[in-house]
Amino acid sequence: MELTISILLGFMIIGAIFAIHAKDLLSSVIAAGIVGYSLVICFLLLKAPDLAIVQIVVETITLIIMVAVVIDSTREELKVKIDTQQIINISLALIFMLVLVFFFARAIESLNPLGQHTLRMASAYVGDPAAKTGSANLVTGILFDFRGYDTLGEATILFTAAIGVLTILRIKGKK
Amino acid sequence: MMVYILSFILFLVGLYGIITRRNLIKIVISLSIMEFSIFILLVLIGYIDGGIAPIITDQVINPTYVDPLPQAMVLTAIVIGLATTAMLMAIAIRLYRKYGTFDIREIKNLKG
Repeated sequence: MELTISILLGFMIIGAIFAIHAKDLLSSVIAAGIVGYSLVICFLLLKAPDLAIVQIVVETITLIIMVAVVIDSTREELKVKIDTQQIINISLALIFMLVLVFFFARAIESLNPLGQHTLRMASAYVGDPAAKTGSANLVTGILFDFRGYDTLGEATILFTAAIGVLTILRIKGKK
Repeated sequence: MMVYILSFILFLVGLYGIITRRNLIKIVISLSIMEFSIFILLVLIGYIDGGIAPIITDQVINPTYVDPLPQAMVLTAIVIGLATTAMLMAIAIRLYRKYGTFDIREIKNLKG
């Protein structure tokens, strides 16, 4: 299991690096699709079918939006010259990444190895309490019953984003 | 431990893209790559060896389920990620129509 997930994650990393460095914006968007759809396979292997369904729908919608934007505007990547600003940016990025690696190396010690997880908080949701929700799917039970307020907030964010997109695309800017 | 490190490398790739790229579309793509790495990390933490998908069934006797709590949280996060991406793309296309480029160095004029 660990090996399979590692290979898939390796593909995702290659796809991500290509997406960042591609010369053509359309191929960059498609390479971002590699990452998203590999994530679907990872979710299926990790026994999360709900997530796989949601992710495949969301990834398709995202890809359609991105391809529409790229086709509507320009496909050419900017000419990147290595100037002082770019060198400063790259070194800043490397310093920032090094700091994050340091904290991640400290945080990873407290994680269990893959597959050795023990239910702590979720033990209150699995088993007897789950039967009270009347849902055969535990994830749905948590999402709509135990943590219903999270879902309410999610719906609010979706609604706000939809209004925001409509507003941004409708107003006429001053020249 | 290998998988945790690989998903963290994916996060770092996204971070590198956000800081060093100057194209708005590529910044949005890098942001979604960072999101994906966090999703896979959370689901990996909740995985249990020999566990079945968290759907109650009569066919398995005394089943072990994988942790459903990270899955529920990631489900929320995926949908919010879609909302933010759509919002960012709308802003990007507006900026392109105003300035004729995706270059963030050219987009300095904050007058509305």
